[in-house]
Amino acid sequence: MSVAIVGAAECDLGHTGLSTQQLLAQAVRRALDDAGLRVCDVDGIATTGHGRFPATQLADQLGLCPSWTDSTAAGGAVFEMYVARAAQAIEAGQCSVAVIAFASNQRSARSRRIGGVYDAATPEAQFEQPYQPLWPLSYYAMTAQRYLHTYRLDRADLARVAVAAREHALRNPAAFRHSAGPLTVDEVLAAPMISSPLGALDCCLVTDGGGAIVLTSLDRARHLAKPPVRVLGYGESVTHAAMATPDDLLSTGAAASGARAFARAAVRPEEIDVIQLYDSFTVSVPLGLEQLGFCPPGTGVHWAGVPVNTTGGGLSYCHPGQLGVLLLVEAVRQLRGEGGPRQVDGAATALVHGTGGIASSHATVILGVR
Amino acid sequence: MTEIPEDEVTAPWWEATRSRRLTVQRCGRCGLAQLPPRVLCTGCGSTASRLEPVDGQGVVDSYTVIHRAPDPAAEAPYTVARVRLAEGPILLTALVGVAHPRCDLPVTLAWRPLPDGRALPVFTTEE
Repeated sequence: MSVAIVGAAECDLGHTGLSTQQLLAQAVRRALDDAGLRVCDVDGIATTGHGRFPATQLADQLGLCPSWTDSTAAGGAVFEMYVARAAQAIEAGQCSVAVIAFASNQRSARSRRIGGVYDAATPEAQFEQPYQPLWPLSYYAMTAQRYLHTYRLDRADLARVAVAAREHALRNPAAFRHSAGPLTVDEVLAAPMISSPLGALDCCLVTDGGGAIVLTSLDRARHLAKPPVRVLGYGESVTHAAMATPDDLLSTGAAASGARAFARAAVRPEEIDVIQLYDSFTVSVPLGLEQLGFCPPGTGVHWAGVPVNTTGGGLSYCHPGQLGVLLLVEAVRQLRGEGGPRQVDGAATALVHGTGGIASSHATVILGVR
Repeated sequence: MTEIPEDEVTAPWWEATRSRRLTVQRCGRCGLAQLPPRVLCTGCGSTASRLEPVDGQGVVDSYTVIHRAPDPAAEAPYTVARVRLAEGPILLTALVGVAHPRCDLPVTLAWRPLPDGRALPVFTTEE
């Protein structure tokens, strides 16, 4: 493939007191500065999560008339999907510089609802909402319950995922829990139960935040400020909208999504140096590693391979409702060697895996600098 | 909780709950049983599905005990589950009167009446 990521940045994170428009504009401007490009160079925009016509809205805010936009809504995996679509649009000549951006002020605005938002026009409003599950939490909780039952594990095995995330966050000054000190398994187990077997510390944060990445052709990328991070491959899989639909909670769309991305990139799991894997809940990490082909089923809780979620992830770094764009930002930084105290030595190939909804949508991107 | 919506596709399914009958949609072409009722069969795309009653026997695929209710009117803790019917389809539902829920637990149908005369299928154990 002949497309590269040339800019990447976070907006302000945490509890900002800022508007979503402000955070979005920050993200775009910082990512363009990182690339050495100007706002007027952008002719492609992909964003979601604000207003009825998100890409149109952002184009208006930036004073642009883009030749390509995408506001596909698929939850937190959509940014990895946008990478695929932006790469295709650039290769097809529909646009030359594409920005993928997201921001949310959900912590400052106190806009997150634990039960989620059910649209009365969907079947889920009839067949799911009456039982009052937490959305998406209870779906992941049932997945975790099935996971622990099937592999004869217990809550402490999942708690270690949260402990590992915190260890990464302690090395990341931008992390929400950077100064919170180490976490112990006992603390995770003692946190208030929310939707069993997931307690408060098995769940991702609720913060403001977001980010942006900039893509262009590899030819143009070679003349820009930072070393190009090539898009080597991508894949996706959308499997269900309702909690009752999947036949097997432990067979997720990550398997097909990952296999498609590895095939397109002609890369094998053992060639990946660093993994950014959407950790909405503790169970998401071991199950994701297994489904992506990094380790056999039931062994993800014992993962001792390459580093995963070097920022601290959704559990300890930042979770603005849709984490996918920040997974890409961190992968770019790792591949450029910009990780500072959390840098993975010699990282040359990264896998980014996003999930959206209730493990409904999966999208995988493989990036590299060689 | 506001009244549960229904539509022309699902109204016959909801109507059957008034007489405490749990039904699944059975495709007249490929034979697939599915829930919830849909316009098209997810096995073959046909519109030839009809509702048929089921026995009400199932197995807990998974469950979660919710300790923080999204609606202040709901009394936590309560147990939400995926129950796999003997006929195949999985329902999102609730477990009631099950002191020790677990995956793979056999359960039977019970009903939770709604104010409008319809009822929600829930599941319990015969203890």
